[in-house]
Amino acid sequence: MSTTEVSPTALKPPQSSVNVVTLLRQNLFNGWINSLITVVLGWLVITVLYQVVNWVFTDATWAPIVTNLRLFWVGRYPETVLWRVQACLALVLLLFGLSGGLWGGVVRAVASGLAALMVLLALLPFGGGMRLYLAGTALLLGAGFVGGLRFPRLLRWPTIMLWLLSPLIVILLIRGFVTWSVIPFVDTGLWGGLLLTIFLAVVGIVASFPLGVLLALGRRSKLPVVKGFCVAYIELIRGVPLITVLFMAMLMLPLFLPPHVRVDNLVRVLVAITLFSAAYLAENVRGGLQSVPNGQVEAARALGLNVFQSTVLIVLPQALRAVIPAIVGQFISLFKDTSLVSLVGLTELFGIARGVIEQPEWITVTGGVQREVLIFVGLIYWIFCFSMAQISRRIETRLGVGTR
Amino acid sequence: MKLKQSPLLVAMLVLALVLSACAGSAPAGETSTGAGAASVAAASQAAVNSAPLAASTAASTATASTAASVAASEAASTAASASAAAGGTGQASAAASTAAAASGSAAPVTPASAGEYLQTIRNRGRLVCGFHGGFAGFGTLDQSGNAVGFDVDICKAVAAAIFGDATKIEFRPLPSAATRFTAVQTREIDILSRNTTWTISRDTSVGMDFAPTTFYDGQGMMVRTAENLTRLEDMGGATICVQSGTTTELNLTDAFRALNLEISPVVFDTQDAATSAYAEGRCDGLTTDKSQLASIRVGLPNPDEHVIMDVTMSKEPLTPAVLQGDPQWHDLVAWVVYGLITAEELGITQENVDTFSASQDPNVRRFLGLEGELGQGLGVENNFMVNVIKGVGNYGEIYNRHLGPETPFNLPRGQNALYRDGGLLYAPPFR
Repeated sequence: MSTTEVSPTALKPPQSSVNVVTLLRQNLFNGWINSLITVVLGWLVITVLYQVVNWVFTDATWAPIVTNLRLFWVGRYPETVLWRVQACLALVLLLFGLSGGLWGGVVRAVASGLAALMVLLALLPFGGGMRLYLAGTALLLGAGFVGGLRFPRLLRWPTIMLWLLSPLIVILLIRGFVTWSVIPFVDTGLWGGLLLTIFLAVVGIVASFPLGVLLALGRRSKLPVVKGFCVAYIELIRGVPLITVLFMAMLMLPLFLPPHVRVDNLVRVLVAITLFSAAYLAENVRGGLQSVPNGQVEAARALGLNVFQSTVLIVLPQALRAVIPAIVGQFISLFKDTSLVSLVGLTELFGIARGVIEQPEWITVTGGVQREVLIFVGLIYWIFCFSMAQISRRIETRLGVGTR
Repeated sequence: MKLKQSPLLVAMLVLALVLSACAGSAPAGETSTGAGAASVAAASQAAVNSAPLAASTAASTATASTAASVAASEAASTAASASAAAGGTGQASAAASTAAAASGSAAPVTPASAGEYLQTIRNRGRLVCGFHGGFAGFGTLDQSGNAVGFDVDICKAVAAAIFGDATKIEFRPLPSAATRFTAVQTREIDILSRNTTWTISRDTSVGMDFAPTTFYDGQGMMVRTAENLTRLEDMGGATICVQSGTTTELNLTDAFRALNLEISPVVFDTQDAATSAYAEGRCDGLTTDKSQLASIRVGLPNPDEHVIMDVTMSKEPLTPAVLQGDPQWHDLVAWVVYGLITAEELGITQENVDTFSASQDPNVRRFLGLEGELGQGLGVENNFMVNVIKGVGNYGEIYNRHLGPETPFNLPRGQNALYRDGGLLYAPPFR
């Protein structure tokens, strides 16, 4: 025993004296060529940064964003019934809080991130009511979190049920009823801004995922009809740009339908996005399916599982786990692709941006306001896509992708 | 093997069913008429047979519609839309409205049976208007998300004529110029009011019907004030910035070829690129539609250093359009526009319209529906112009609200003045 025992001090690495000067010398100024490059690049970076900061704080006109905030959030959704959107947001945040408290892990990280975002937004100089609302949602989220942590047994099933019901609640609340004056009908043509972007992305993601998995399984099927259909579908959709599918849905569909049948524009766009995204997802999932060794299926058979069981319990979990980065990549691209619907007349975030740029108030601003507006919109897209990438990385870590 | 694949097959089938159910349920919720095809077909025969009778016994208010006339119009609607969808010339709808007109003249006290288009709009309860959504001054969204602009007010005027209420309207943004006519052809929109130039091919082969022109635009030329240029003839050898692939580019070369002058056009992909090139001094002149030049000019660093020459290189009559095939609907849009012009001629404004109710001038009395039955022929109330003027004002008021001296554009009326002021606006008489 004593022979394997070593003195703890003997194993410690040598204390490296890391200070700024030596670090700089070692990495940036070790030789005159590197020093020259460092100086030139440093000067360039500082100049550009100075110009950018200068533009952001002195030259840029941020008024179009401040005055049009409501347009950016909800588009033309009527102001008098805005509480319905706020209620939906509060509901979703409460659910995230509850889930974060109940289950921990990735959901908890998401909940904390959302809480931080709400607090941050509440600190921004919005109108008094808006700040109060934002702070309220943050509190609600926190309350849900604590509740979930304290009473896990009591709240587990209600939370799950509420999650399952929430899409219905959100859609009904935002859409309203023609016949019920408490929450009057709001035409889908009035939905817009970030609300519509998120709606399109969430519905697109949720609906295209199962469809994509089915298509991927269908493509590997040994039934010629199923396989043929799936291959034809996937290759057809992957062969055309999304914008053509959207134009098809918006402009050609009415020519094929009987004249008195009018499908809501939003539904058409949703179906188009879902069908398009599903084809790409199918190929991602197929890659995952191919990565599952045949031995897994054979072992499952040997254990007496039928095809359905071995697919759902053995193959799919491993296949999906392997392609999480690709799937999330597809979802991120779907989120950004929603901006294309502005070309077919829906005023989602990017459509609103195009409208705001052209408001007559900013005509007299030298050079227009498109830089400011596009930067703002780009920032919103970035926040969402970056968050999605972060969540995906956490899921990967948790599932041990690439490590086991 | 087939048996073992079956759960997959079943799952796919179920999904397909669910999807089709979703797609099927959506239209049911959205369809305003809501009548099944079969029941319409069944009702149509009876309705057509009894239409003259129903017309002669109908109440005399313009908005009233008996069950029979609704059924008749639905039958007409089915027939007409079928022909429109099939790319036909809309003869069915024309036939339907002539039949309606005949029955109307047989019993003049009844409201002229609205053409099926107008009836569809009435049933829906709002007018669907296609507008640009991103064209300053003509069609944009304001800060509360309302559609605003010159083109938008034309739509509002039509809605006011139909419903007596300029707010019963749904605005559909049409950012892409290429798809605007398809939106009319597929009846996505009732009226297209989106800075559309009236041309022969659009009127004939594209299948539009154009109401009178609401804005006479033309291609202009902006130069620097210091250059002291007043005529195109002075511009020999000049470099001119222009957007590529547009009629603007073709008009530019045409105009100078006609003058036998050499110029060097510098073409850019987008109007923005052409504008910045001009602003940086790469060109002597910048050419595009005059209305656009005016808004470009105020956005330049020193607007006073630039001047829009008093020349017009092309005709761009911007005109609202409706689907070809329902003459009554076209007439209504046309006469609302004429009405806006006539109101300015008569000096009737949004503010003083009520004071005219005491007017003894027969022109004014007919125009405002105080006497005569001019609205009936269009399928609207006789005092429809009162509603229009209360809703949006006369032509001059609309123009000044969006393009006039109070706005950043400060566009002079020019060709868009009344004929008696030297412009092109001339409305046929209301009688």
